[in-house]
Amino acid sequence: MAVLEMENKTLELDADGFLANIDDWNEDVAKVFAKEEGIEELTEQHWTVINFMRDVFKEKGDAPSIRRLTKESGVNTKELYALFPKGPAKKAARIAGIPKPKGCI
Amino acid sequence: MKKLLILGAGTAGTMMLNKFSNVLDKSEWEITIVDQFENHYYQPGFLFIPFGVYNRKDVIKPKRDFFPTGANVIMSGIDKIEPENNRVLLQNGKVLSYDYLIIATGAKIKPEETEGMKEDLWFKNIFDFYTIEGACALWDFFKRWEGGKLVINITEMPIKCPVAPLEFAFLADWYFTERGIRDKVDIHFVTPLPGAFTKPKASAILGDFLDKKNIRLTSEFNIGSVDNETKEIVSWDETRIPFDVLVTIPTNMGDECIERSEMGDELNFVPTDKHTLMANGHENIFVIGDATDLPSSKAGSVAHFQADVLLENFLAVIEGREPHEKFDGHANCFIESGFGKGILIDFNYDTEPLPGKFPLPGVGPFSLLEETKMNHYGKIMFRWMYWNSLLKGQELPIESQMSMAGKRA
Repeated sequence: MAVLEMENKTLELDADGFLANIDDWNEDVAKVFAKEEGIEELTEQHWTVINFMRDVFKEKGDAPSIRRLTKESGVNTKELYALFPKGPAKKAARIAGIPKPKGCI
Repeated sequence: MKKLLILGAGTAGTMMLNKFSNVLDKSEWEITIVDQFENHYYQPGFLFIPFGVYNRKDVIKPKRDFFPTGANVIMSGIDKIEPENNRVLLQNGKVLSYDYLIIATGAKIKPEETEGMKEDLWFKNIFDFYTIEGACALWDFFKRWEGGKLVINITEMPIKCPVAPLEFAFLADWYFTERGIRDKVDIHFVTPLPGAFTKPKASAILGDFLDKKNIRLTSEFNIGSVDNETKEIVSWDETRIPFDVLVTIPTNMGDECIERSEMGDELNFVPTDKHTLMANGHENIFVIGDATDLPSSKAGSVAHFQADVLLENFLAVIEGREPHEKFDGHANCFIESGFGKGILIDFNYDTEPLPGKFPLPGVGPFSLLEETKMNHYGKIMFRWMYWNSLLKGQELPIESQMSMAGKRA
């Protein structure tokens, strides 16, 4: 089982390299994941997306698709790709500490 | 009389109509099917039209040929479903009430979802092959084409028949080789996925086929728009890929009537229980085929495997029993790879496509994830089975649940 080494804690990761337990998440975890994904600093807009991802996951049990993100989070598709280059849905989900979206088969 | 209403007479709806008609007591059940189109298209055949292998006549038959005698058929568009009132409003003004509803309204391409796709170059230098119109227009184009940059691009997942774009690339390689101009055609496969296919093992093996056939692969490309001036597809992060002809697999969405009914997700697919096939939150509605939001492939073979599960669960529910039968996500696809050969894959929700042998009584075995002539014949034979057995709801010699027999894990 892969793990994520934090300063004072070791967190379990799932087979996709996503956080195994959603409750292990905090803002420091998000920052570590973001660095791994090549995002040096998380801006306010990043946090808008991350918090939206977590809210939807808690409500629906699955991450929102890009379509839902752009429709409801107030961040448009172009901005999303600028914030989370290449794969916004997947990257934002990982940083938000929720499992890999079902849609990414 | 109890009323069973089926929405959509495509592959899934027609199969269910035939199965129900065989099983349900006609003195107790009134079965009705609604569809707006007269013709049934053999959609897997569209792939062959741009290369002159099939023509329009090979893939089209009247829907009525596949309905059981005495079937109650209404030709109309669907306005919306009102699940809280157990009724459906049709576009011809009729209102149909039901005791049980089967949603089989399918999926279709939506090129207008991508900026610049359905504009100046549409059906001039940009084509789809998921409609009869697109496939025929592309054949007209290819016949006269002397070569250049051919880009095959998947807009976003999910799409109907996820292997069809790869088959298209393989067939293009074969077709332009036969024409003697393969050296003048640059085939470029551009996908939002991390590799050639959705599942890792098959993706690696199919990726090697692309290499071997000299087809370029660009992965993780998410198209944002088409530049009609420069003939380029442009990703959301501003990468540009030039084309002389673009074969697009546009966004796939469920029918608009699902949106009007407020029963769909953001792509108009109906949230469905992945095992029982019941619509989430509705005790008397089942969903089958491309209309579902299930993480299984959108393909005729999948609808076929779902049909038996749906029938069993329907019979349980009308008798007040629990719907125990479980759909496992089983899909079985013959992948045409060109030069008279094919590749077979067989998988479900939990087991990705694996190499090995696929036993089929009387005909097989077929080789899995290997290129053979036998697999090509399987694909050709399937069209006959489709028209003559599958649509009529007859049993085929393949189990609904995936089997590990012959597979190498």
